Amino acid sequence: MRRLVLILVPYLWLIALFLIPFVIVVKISLSDVALARPPYFPQLDLTAGWAGIRTFFSELDFENFTFLTTDDLYWKAYLSSLKIAAISTALTLLIGYPIAYGMASARPEWRATLMMLVILPFWTSFLIRVYSWIGILSQGGLLNTFLLWLGVIDQPLTILNTEIAVYIGIVYTYLPFMILPIYANLEKLDGALIEAAEDLGCSRTSAFWLVTIPLSKSGIIAGCFLVFIPAIGEFVIPSLLGGSQTLMIGKVLYEEFFSNRDWPVASAVAVVLLVILIVPIILFQRNEQKNREASQ
Amino acid sequence: MPQTVFAPWENPDEKPLIQFRNVTKKFGDFTAIANLDLDIYAQEFFALLGPSGCGKTTLMRMLAGFEMPTSGKILLGGEDIAAVPPNKRPVNMMFQSYALFPHLSVWDNVAFGLKREGRDKSEIETRVSDMIRLTRLEKFARRKPHQLSGGQRQRVALARSLAKAPKLLLLDEPLGALDRKLREETQFELMDIQEKTGTTFVIVTHDQEEAMTVASRVAVMDEGRLVQVSTPDRIYENPNSVYVADFIGDVNIIEGSANQTGDKVLVNWAEGHSPLVATTAAVLQKDQTCYLAIRPEKIAITAEQPDAANVVQGEILDIGYLGNISTYHVKLPSGHVIKAQSANTRRIARRSFTWEDKVWLSWSDTAAILLER
Repeated sequence: MRRLVLILVPYLWLIALFLIPFVIVVKISLSDVALARPPYFPQLDLTAGWAGIRTFFSELDFENFTFLTTDDLYWKAYLSSLKIAAISTALTLLIGYPIAYGMASARPEWRATLMMLVILPFWTSFLIRVYSWIGILSQGGLLNTFLLWLGVIDQPLTILNTEIAVYIGIVYTYLPFMILPIYANLEKLDGALIEAAEDLGCSRTSAFWLVTIPLSKSGIIAGCFLVFIPAIGEFVIPSLLGGSQTLMIGKVLYEEFFSNRDWPVASAVAVVLLVILIVPIILFQRNEQKNREASQ
Repeated sequence: MPQTVFAPWENPDEKPLIQFRNVTKKFGDFTAIANLDLDIYAQEFFALLGPSGCGKTTLMRMLAGFEMPTSGKILLGGEDIAAVPPNKRPVNMMFQSYALFPHLSVWDNVAFGLKREGRDKSEIETRVSDMIRLTRLEKFARRKPHQLSGGQRQRVALARSLAKAPKLLLLDEPLGALDRKLREETQFELMDIQEKTGTTFVIVTHDQEEAMTVASRVAVMDEGRLVQVSTPDRIYENPNSVYVADFIGDVNIIEGSANQTGDKVLVNWAEGHSPLVATTAAVLQKDQTCYLAIRPEKIAITAEQPDAANVVQGEILDIGYLGNISTYHVKLPSGHVIKAQSANTRRIARRSFTWEDKVWLSWSDTAAILLER
């Protein structure tokens, strides 16, 4: 009985805060747009009893999903989001791994401080941090001024409002999510294993590839998912740093909702996005599960 | 045909495999190894014995290449190995924690070093299966380290470090994680494998019994110095100092002042007691402070006054019953407590002595070792 109650609490949480909202979104995605408040039709009329429910269900259809396939804006936005998320995940890994490695090999008394420095940006609002990149990347911004002063360039670079700015923004924002799981993994790594590898004929480099990398694999996988999954649906960074040609599904979703006020199509976009994300989320869960089993 | 005794250290023509020449190792202000000279010969099973922090592990890590001597030279087969990195040395190490690669199977752990040498597949396969057979791991070859027991992991670590057929195998507290029974079995296995492979073994341990069992020679270390390097029996029977006598086995140490006549020394050890007699080859000054080291098993315990070179009387304070033997703690009128051991040849119900019994302790003049420091 007590176990049942314990299990029930997280399930109730999930039902109330995830499943019910999701069912509402699915319902809206099956509705039609209407000039009303709320801006969709049909509404469920419970006062009419069974007949009301039956008419309600008969009015629902998959029109919006078919619409998504007719306009190539949508699938281009999905593909572009996947591409941007994949490239920024790779870049984050490339930058994050050496940082995590450096932290793990630092002297123990330094590690807490380094960890603090990685987490510190979270103390400022995410929005403010992304805004401040505008100041750094714009034509007359800090970066261009600095490069011009150095004499590396003689024309200011156009970085803001391009995909490069989006990459910079995503890598910057999600770097801690990559560093922390990899660091947690590397910190546990027994230094004797590296010595054993060297003792058995490995150079420093081959010991790294044959021992350190395989043993931090689960951290790398966890970090990649933690960056990839939110990056696909990212809306703030592409809309603030990206240009009009930067196509990301989060932005499309926002515009459908607030500019077009077409809630049903926007909901359909959201449902499809979730379906796309379910695959990496399940893979991530499986990785976590495997780790838990291995550590037991 | 009598077997020749393996004792290359007594042969001046024999070339040592490893030579430490004036080796000093400092970590900051701390001197881990102080000006150390040591020769280790091929095919020896050499034990480095000492309390933790005595520098034995540092010595071993210098052989493996993980530490560099601050000054002095280490020669392997006559060549200075200071500039040779660990992965290029013909030396392998069995780590205290075993350091098995958790992501690789037993087979791949053993094959790891061979693969790095770029040998061809069939050769690796033969060598790995040989090693796995030698360490009796056939049934576990496909398992991962976390699926093995402590004893099995220990054998994997041994197989892995032997796979490359090193000139020198270093064992860092190899049996520390095993329980007593398994440890004793494994000691004999280690000796067997050492004999079969003909590899030179250097073992680091703080367990004196282990060192005595497996080693051809034992080096007793203290604070970065070698106190005595000798065969186990000589270390036990002829320790060169109170430190060694006390570190190896159980011993009674009696302090006194010497009075030598020929090879006999009378030691005045307590007022109102007749001096104790010991034989020595050393020459001592009159009234020089000296120490008598007497092993408990060399002291006889009797109810009647016996006829022996050294006889003292006392009262039994404590009895340690170990099954096969009993250790008696006997308090002398002078305040000294002497440990004496006797074999329990009879059933305990018929034990001759009990607490507070007055007993006589006696030992011969050759039983006690006279030490100057």
